[in-house]
Amino acid sequence: MALKIVKGSIDRMFDKNLQDLVRGIRNHKEDEAKYISTCIDEIKQELKQDNIAVKANAVCKLTYLQMLGYDVSWAAFNIVEVMSSSKFTYKRIGYLAASQCFHENTDVIMLTTNQIRKDLSSPNQYDTGVALTGLSCFVTPDLARDLANDIMTLMSHTKPYIRKKAVLIMYKVFLKYPESLRPAFPRLKEKLEDPDPGVQSAAVNVICELARRNPKNYLSLAPLFFKLMTSSTNNWVLIKIIKLFGALTPLEPRLGKKLIEPLTNLIHSTSAMSLLYECVNTVIAVLISLSSGMPNHSASIQLCVQKLRILIEDSDQNLKYLGLLAMSKILKTHPKSVQSHKDLILQCLDDKDESIRLRALDLLYGMVSKKNLMEIVKKLMIHVDKAEGTTYRDELLTKIIDICSQSNYQYITNFEWYISILVELTRLEGTRHGHLIASQMLDVAIRVKAIRVFAVAQMATLLDNAHLLTGNMQRNGICEVLYAAAWICGEFSEHLENPVQTLEAMLRPKVATLPGHIQAVYVQNAAKLFATILKNQEGNTDSTAAQETSQMMIDRLPLFVQSANLEVQERASCILQLVKYIQKLQQKDVEVAEEVSALFAGELNPVAPKAQKKVPVPEGLDLDAWINEPPSESESEDEQPKAIFTKEEPKHSRPRHTEVDEKELARRREARKQEQANNPFYIKASPSSQKVYQEAPGVEHIPVVQIDLSVPLKVPGLPMSDQYVKLEEERRQKERAEKKKKEKKKRKEKRSGRGKKHDSGPESEEDITPAHVVDIVTEEMPENALPSDDDDKDPNDPHKALDIDLDKPLADSEKLPVRSHRAAGAPKSPAEDGEAENATPQEPKKKSSKEKRDKKKDKERDRKRSKEEKKKKKHKREEKEEDLLGGQAEEAAVQSEETKEVEAQPSSTSAEVSDLDFWLSNAPVPSNTQEAATVAAAEADPAPEAPAGTAADSEPEEPKDTETEESKSSKHKKKKQKKEKEEKEKKKKKKHHHHHHHSDGGGEESVQNGTVEEEEPLPPMSNYCLLAENSYIKMVCDIQGNLQDGSQVVVSVIFENKSDSFLKSMEFNVLDSLNSKLQRPEGSGPHDGLTVPFQLPPGVSNEARFVFTVQSIVMPQKLKGTLTFIVKNEDSSTHEKLDFKLHFTCTSYLITTPCYSDAFAKLLESGDLKSSSVRLEGVNMPFHHLLARICFHHHFSVVERINSCASMYSRSIQGHHVCLLVKTSAQTVSIDAKCDEPTLLGNVLDEIKQTFSQC
Amino acid sequence: MIKAILIFNNHGKPRLSKFYEHYNEDTEQQIIRETFHLVSKRDENVCNFLEGGMLIGGSDYKLIYRHYATLYFVFCVDSSESELGILDLIQVFVETLDKCFENVCELDLIFHVDKVHNILAEMVMGGMVLETNMNEIITQVDAQNKMEKSETFIFQSTRQDR
Repeated sequence: MALKIVKGSIDRMFDKNLQDLVRGIRNHKEDEAKYISTCIDEIKQELKQDNIAVKANAVCKLTYLQMLGYDVSWAAFNIVEVMSSSKFTYKRIGYLAASQCFHENTDVIMLTTNQIRKDLSSPNQYDTGVALTGLSCFVTPDLARDLANDIMTLMSHTKPYIRKKAVLIMYKVFLKYPESLRPAFPRLKEKLEDPDPGVQSAAVNVICELARRNPKNYLSLAPLFFKLMTSSTNNWVLIKIIKLFGALTPLEPRLGKKLIEPLTNLIHSTSAMSLLYECVNTVIAVLISLSSGMPNHSASIQLCVQKLRILIEDSDQNLKYLGLLAMSKILKTHPKSVQSHKDLILQCLDDKDESIRLRALDLLYGMVSKKNLMEIVKKLMIHVDKAEGTTYRDELLTKIIDICSQSNYQYITNFEWYISILVELTRLEGTRHGHLIASQMLDVAIRVKAIRVFAVAQMATLLDNAHLLTGNMQRNGICEVLYAAAWICGEFSEHLENPVQTLEAMLRPKVATLPGHIQAVYVQNAAKLFATILKNQEGNTDSTAAQETSQMMIDRLPLFVQSANLEVQERASCILQLVKYIQKLQQKDVEVAEEVSALFAGELNPVAPKAQKKVPVPEGLDLDAWINEPPSESESEDEQPKAIFTKEEPKHSRPRHTEVDEKELARRREARKQEQANNPFYIKASPSSQKVYQEAPGVEHIPVVQIDLSVPLKVPGLPMSDQYVKLEEERRQKERAEKKKKEKKKRKEKRSGRGKKHDSGPESEEDITPAHVVDIVTEEMPENALPSDDDDKDPNDPHKALDIDLDKPLADSEKLPVRSHRAAGAPKSPAEDGEAENATPQEPKKKSSKEKRDKKKDKERDRKRSKEEKKKKKHKREEKEEDLLGGQAEEAAVQSEETKEVEAQPSSTSAEVSDLDFWLSNAPVPSNTQEAATVAAAEADPAPEAPAGTAADSEPEEPKDTETEESKSSKHKKKKQKKEKEEKEKKKKKKHHHHHHHSDGGGEESVQNGTVEEEEPLPPMSNYCLLAENSYIKMVCDIQGNLQDGSQVVVSVIFENKSDSFLKSMEFNVLDSLNSKLQRPEGSGPHDGLTVPFQLPPGVSNEARFVFTVQSIVMPQKLKGTLTFIVKNEDSSTHEKLDFKLHFTCTSYLITTPCYSDAFAKLLESGDLKSSSVRLEGVNMPFHHLLARICFHHHFSVVERINSCASMYSRSIQGHHVCLLVKTSAQTVSIDAKCDEPTLLGNVLDEIKQTFSQC
Repeated sequence: MIKAILIFNNHGKPRLSKFYEHYNEDTEQQIIRETFHLVSKRDENVCNFLEGGMLIGGSDYKLIYRHYATLYFVFCVDSSESELGILDLIQVFVETLDKCFENVCELDLIFHVDKVHNILAEMVMGGMVLETNMNEIITQVDAQNKMEKSETFIFQSTRQDR
């Protein structure tokens, strides 16, 4: 043994540590991969050793390799081993590795539950801290559910270090296990007022994260946050709170009014830029929320814009960036005040910093007008040419399109210009936005009828020059534009100047290299084009031209018939046959043009996106209802597999149809007709909706203005948008001149009744008339379409699950599960399990399970022989890995308090809501003068505090109190008047809310916290059992072994004060036996009691731990003890005592220890164990519940579970192995057990038996 | 929320990577590479914010970084974090490293990445800012290191006893 240790330590000296590994990698730069692979082999060897230090070192190295991109998931189990080391050093290494490479699908994670729970309750705060940090990175829904209650307990830990971590991690728990939010929320809220600033900050952090996604649920916290905002000096907390208010104000404009003054003050006073910036941001949010109701905030807007301008002009690029960012928010509601800074923003567009340019681009979006659109876009086009990175260029491209197309092309005065811009954009190389350009082209060509002639000409040029674009073949690349070009040329082919040439261009062999969906459009539109050509040519006397065209189609189409793309192939072969047929007819000199073009008659209308979704469901139509009765469960289960192969219709559905008699059918038919006639969405056979559309007034009557161009528009090749800028400028000037002339005329004619005023001064927006009188066809929407706001919500957003009403009282079902799901083998929810068990018959299951087990045993036996040596090592290893199992916290105590508090709950929540109203109604009237502003600020303060002050008195005469308090503080006359007004209001309100105040002790938020907080979940299973109880005090206790010291047992006792008096000077004493002794501090005698380190105010409970030394653990034992304490009333104090019997069961010496099936099998094989067995009759519970109970109450862990049979393992604090094989059939449970100490085993089995006899 | 914290040097070699959301190793490396690519081509005197980290999060996320001598410190955060606040946090982080390593340089990070992780764990937990007070961070880190030292001492002494 000693030799082995020496050998081990020598080995260790030669082990590489992390530093050596790093050094090695640096020295092997040329063959790094090879070097690392040898290192990984070494690490694998190290991981096989039983020395935990060696293992930890190996895991540490793996963490480094993980950072370099090596997958280390194969070592997950070793990481768990290192995590469960009792040494902090190794534990920390293990948790770090786990936090770096564990994730939801890591299967060993479920093994860690108990280890983490143990670490969480460790007496060493850093063990707990390290576990919390690790858990925050890899928490899974299962871990969250199982540990939620433990973490919640830690939120009230004595050490702020733990409290803040526990508070913070709750957010992760909420995300993974949303059911925990409601039970945990009161305590979280309470932590907002924690004395430690770190904890407070953590709580603010968590609530801000929660509120950001679902702000409306957190409105009721506004007064509390307001108080924090005015009192806190921590900038981090302030920033978070101010950001939170930014999210809340849109929901409650009154809140905004209240906020403006303190925020403005902060803006003026703070020196921290970060805080200043967030204040400005929130003020902007407030102003946005107020923009409709309150017009008189121009001062605040001015202040914001002015501060932002300072930021933008700052030499610090960061401030510049943020200034622009905030500016874009103002833009949405107050574009005018931003537009005056246009110069500054255009200047930023030239900044060398891309982030800043992007932000400036965003701002431009809101700054365009009819007047400056062309100018701005021109500037952007220059940037497009200069831009280096494709990302920035793509961003520019989308921005140009956004700017131009915004609000239905509102700012475009010349669509020819826009089409040329789009065509110019197609020349960008490597853009990903071909699709976007294409859709714009289509949209404009379809909706702006006047532009079609021009658009078709441009598109024809594009098609002709397709080779310029096809260089870029990547999907969604620029070749998408050809899709639009082909479609436009086909659909509006009547406008084409030279359709034959275009047709030829569309049928070039090169087209076959385009993506399939574009080819398909080419083929289809070639057919449209063909129809138009036929129509044109048929009028001619010479029929050869028409026949030539047909021949060209017949020649070229076979290329597409061979296409690999089905769509192309199908269309091409259809059209080919059609053309062949046409050719036949042509040869017989039959006129076909009319009929061919009839194929493509009619016009397509644009349909608004989501139009289909917005069709309201007609009254009386239930989409979820069954049309036919659903087939019954059992049938479907049996028949489903068959149904895949048999084509027969299910028989049962037929007779049902025939049952409906003729009358009924006729009636239904009639009803349906009626319905269809009334339904505007039903497409009727008669007059088409297209016609209706074409007959719509206005469309035909809009005169298409002749384009008045001074320069001929015959640009060879591609157009230049720049020309249009000039042209437009000229046009406008002309127009202006004309107008002036007209004006003069008009003036002479004493002004016609037009009512328009024209200044000779600068050109105003309205003066610019579009070059074309364009008919922008609006997209079709179903009538009475429902406005749906929730269109854009992502259904997969994890935060959706956290949209929970937090003010409702807790229901019983919502309490957090405590330890009940401990069984490692049963991760499923009980409901699912139950179903599975009900659905499948029991007997075959058993058989198969037996078979499987036998097989497994055989396999295992083989494995065992080969690895027998290793096994012994493993045992030793396990011994070291255990840690002290700390006691549990106040679960049980809360249980009893809970019931009391629930009653008070409903009234207080309703009070909370109306309190918010009250708090908000106090908002000072927005004031203009500086003096009044300070007054208002002063008023804002006492508002949330005044009721809190009166809470102490708990007098019903509150209004008076506040009145006097406030009138004292008012000095100005002005102020007084205002106050009086408000107080009248307040009085009214207060009367109204009087009963609320009364019911919850007259308090607002702070007091309510006190009541709500106790509402904690009730643990359904608890190891705490009643120790003793009298009218003053109740003691519950839990007994756990301490593995670090094989002779120690820790007893956690929760003392609960049941009386109305104060309990103090509690002394806990136990009569020691030979075997068990209470550990007393040094220097005290063997019979002295231990002082309980706290006092108990009425209704409060607290937990204390006592350590016992035990020599032999094979027998259960009972110790007699006494608790003495002083009951102190206002007038008297009495000495009381309570006797109790402490029962050390053998179970309490066992410690949950994970064990793996191979190790378990070896253990059973070793033959050192004595066996015993027990049968339990009449156990009526699902098997997994049974296992969970054994795990929970008797500290076992499931090694393996096969159907209704499971092996379990546990270990005593002195290292005895206890193995169980639990089998169940009907209501009988048989437990075969093995242990190296028969007495202990017998006692444990007795205890298990007792557990199940009780239920 | 902070989604990831990356430290790499001027050549893009990772010195620390901490992802608060799971990605597989290859994606992680790709993120590091792309982030390096984005960050390294920026001039010294441009702003410290960067949008368009396509791999992480999308439009709501920003890269906030600082460049110190040979190292880039990059935080990927969403809109709930204050940009300037995170910049301050990076500063606190670096100052803390400086205190803990006594004149920190890249080599310290190379050889003691575990210690850097431990320090970071006292500042940011699960993507949320835990502590911003440098003294508090150093106190906690020191206390844990002391504990580690005492453990190794016991470990060694027990070994000698045997």
